[in-house]
Amino acid sequence: MELVSQHVKGIMEECKLRAMDHGLTFDDETLEYIVTNRDMIELSPKVMIPTLYDYWVHDVRVLSGKGMYEAYPSNPFETVINTRPAISFYNDNNPDWLNVMIFYHVLGHIDFFQNNLFYKNTWDIDLTGQALSDKRMIAKLRSEKGRWVDYAIEFSRGIDNLVGYHRELNLNILNESKQPLNRTDFYFDIFLQKIKHISHNDYLKEITRYNEGLHNNGDFFNLVINKYPEFEELYRKELLIKRKTELDIMEYIIRNSPFLKEDENEWMKTVMQIVRNTSLYFQPQIRTKIMNEGWASYWHEYLFMRDDRICGHEVDYAKVNAGVTSMPKVGLNPYALGMRLFQHIKDMEDRDCYSFEYALLKDEIGKKKFNKAKASGADYILKVRENFNDFTFINSFIDQEFMTAHNLFVAGKRFNNARMSIEYYIKSKKAEDYKEMLVDTLYHPPEIFVDLSLTKNGVLYLNHKFESKPLKTDYIENTMIGIEYLWGGPVHLETSEPATPGKTAAAYANFWDPASQQTEEKKPEPVKWKRMLYIMENRKLHKREL
Amino acid sequence: MITLDELLEKDRRREEDGFKRKIRIGRIVKPGTGGKEKIIIVPTTVEEKFVHDEIRLEQEPGEGEPTGGTGEGEEGEVIGEQPVRPQEGEEGEEGAGEGPGQGEGGEHELESNAYELGKVLSQDFQLPNLKDKGKKRTLARYIYDLTDKNRGVGQILDKKATLKRIVETNITLGNIPDIDNIDTTKFIISPRDLIYRILSREKDFESQALVFFLRDYSGSMSGKVTQTVVSQHVMLYSWLLYQYEKQVETRFILHDTEAKEVSDFYKYYSYKVAGGTKVATAFKLVNDIVERENLARDYNIYVFHGTDGDDWDKDGKQTIAEIEKILTYVSRIGISIVEHSYVGSKQTEVENYLKSSGILTKHSNLIKMDVLDENADDSRIIQGIKQLIS
Repeated sequence: MELVSQHVKGIMEECKLRAMDHGLTFDDETLEYIVTNRDMIELSPKVMIPTLYDYWVHDVRVLSGKGMYEAYPSNPFETVINTRPAISFYNDNNPDWLNVMIFYHVLGHIDFFQNNLFYKNTWDIDLTGQALSDKRMIAKLRSEKGRWVDYAIEFSRGIDNLVGYHRELNLNILNESKQPLNRTDFYFDIFLQKIKHISHNDYLKEITRYNEGLHNNGDFFNLVINKYPEFEELYRKELLIKRKTELDIMEYIIRNSPFLKEDENEWMKTVMQIVRNTSLYFQPQIRTKIMNEGWASYWHEYLFMRDDRICGHEVDYAKVNAGVTSMPKVGLNPYALGMRLFQHIKDMEDRDCYSFEYALLKDEIGKKKFNKAKASGADYILKVRENFNDFTFINSFIDQEFMTAHNLFVAGKRFNNARMSIEYYIKSKKAEDYKEMLVDTLYHPPEIFVDLSLTKNGVLYLNHKFESKPLKTDYIENTMIGIEYLWGGPVHLETSEPATPGKTAAAYANFWDPASQQTEEKKPEPVKWKRMLYIMENRKLHKREL
Repeated sequence: MITLDELLEKDRRREEDGFKRKIRIGRIVKPGTGGKEKIIIVPTTVEEKFVHDEIRLEQEPGEGEPTGGTGEGEEGEVIGEQPVRPQEGEEGEEGAGEGPGQGEGGEHELESNAYELGKVLSQDFQLPNLKDKGKKRTLARYIYDLTDKNRGVGQILDKKATLKRIVETNITLGNIPDIDNIDTTKFIISPRDLIYRILSREKDFESQALVFFLRDYSGSMSGKVTQTVVSQHVMLYSWLLYQYEKQVETRFILHDTEAKEVSDFYKYYSYKVAGGTKVATAFKLVNDIVERENLARDYNIYVFHGTDGDDWDKDGKQTIAEIEKILTYVSRIGISIVEHSYVGSKQTEVENYLKSSGILTKHSNLIKMDVLDENADDSRIIQGIKQLIS
């Protein structure tokens, strides 16, 4: 691993200037390293952070990565990590013109890391330094406690996907704005909904009344105080309450575990904290894959096409670019999709299509011809990259126009019994269906929290807020063994499971078995769910229905 | 960087500490030309967390996970298809050109990689019921013994041979004037006369074996069940390669409602699920092959079958008949039934009819069954192998 040559660094600096001219903003300092593919294999289990703590699972991944590489060699162009200064890794065998393109791509990533608000919590941390000190800490603990450090890491990592990322982010942003809760917010968000529990209809009426009041300058709260004399008093009390923060499972265990409170186990808290912080650091990255890749691809294309250094390499570029950003006939490519969506948003905004006037248009031709020459698209996409994550990005901007422009569809896959083949077919060309399909692919860990009312007598009670997706049952046992270990007592997990197991399976088997075709006619019933309680005690798992 | 051995050692210690083992031996099988597939042994592990299951219960049967797509066409239009039954021809004529020279490279690579796996799969495994049959090919395992002799240096002095040698030398030198009255104190002893036994590698001759691998690849087998069966068969296969240095002949048969033989392990391993299930067809094909090629005379025959226990032939009449036939010549049939977890405690059809037919007890030495769960881990799978070849 070594820094790029002065010549290559020169190319990078040149790219930076041009990128900044087009509105990208990032720190001046960046570090570029040349690495071998072997280095990359060794880095990837450590999420590319060279200084991340050592852990045997990383070693396993490296060994299998090497095996994979032996069978299927690959040659990644670049990898960027969200550090200050931003560090990027490259192969050493790129020609200059290709480096220009890759650097633009990398600068897109860096700009994204440093401007997208979902990364806010990572902005003030020196990750490489932090990771290095964590690594030393863990190494020191390992020299004292031996393999028990690895168990502590393992069990902490078992719940590191349940960290309260959104809450931490929210807290950070709230702290920054330092806005005390105002009377209006209190009235509508807390008073009416949580204290008075008024009906939906009455709530809407109040909002209407409030909006009217805005126009006539009437004092909205006069009537409120007449109706609810206690309102002012409650509002005053609310302001005095310190915002009580809900703890995620890891925090809760760190603070309350009787086991970790014992002197000889105190060190595990450090390990948990390290694992938790590391996980939190990478949360935004998992949630902005499509945007981040799309943004980088958008800019490498945009900037390189306008760069004179492309001269003579147009065909080479077209080939490389197509490899990265072409849309597969069947399948998803986040680079390609994100890039096209940014281009689409810019185009729509340039024509002022995100306006009421456009939304009111009914005819296709009118829509196509609509152009107010607003030309504000460039600024608009900069705002989008600042304020959106994959979910909101997809949900807000994939529209029928986008689907049509790129001939997109949801591809279905079904078994054709007569031809003994698997058929791929166009399942839907509706934007709504496409969105749903995409959203299903996004990272979404289950929401599981400590149920304080049921956590007593030494039992840690976890509650899974069910979103019509059951947990992967294979993983429950080992995860709970880990939690039990860290908690030092029995752990209960409440979750949902299909109430009729085997039923869908039977339907599945019938499909293949013409002998019992009569049952196939039946439409599959909607799945019914039942609440289950998993109980982990003394490393034994039981479950019962609630 | 930690080595595989150290990792496995670490994993063993987990058990002492009261936790389950976590490392599985994974394999990457890469197809090569001319049947020279390459098996790369890698460790794998899963970090368990609470995650959403990717199964979609609402999905209609036979319908796969939707994904994105681009291109012309209207809703409902079929844009492509992929046959579920593998088409031998499409793969090119790989098998045809397999000459003796070509095979070697692949063999070597396999051997060196299977070494690690072989070590893991303890060397206690041994094919059961090996009988002497013909002398066409020797199935050799190597043992080390003090059988070779060497002059001058070695591990143990062979006194008798050394004395003989000394006498010979002295006769040649004319140092023994009267053979009736030998004065051993006058002997001249050359260092070259000392004869030692040295440790050497010996072939342990055994009879040749032919192993049939049978795998159910019907529609119901999709997912983990297949993984588990394949895992077990990959281990068996790797172990055979390691232990018997590819001297065991192997044949591969896949079946759904029809059985077919495939030419190499890669195809056997990688072919995806197809239609319905008729277990009998696979066993029938074994019988056909054995009869056609007259294999029973010269080979010890082993048959390993992996299935999820689903069979359209519910009472197994045909299957039992075919198995009975195989039992007349076979050294061992090992049937692994990998149950879907949704089956619960219910017995599968294959398990049911095997048990009720009584052949498991009647021929307990020749046929073994191992019923395991689709989530079985490596140690369970290895235990299963031990059971099958016990």
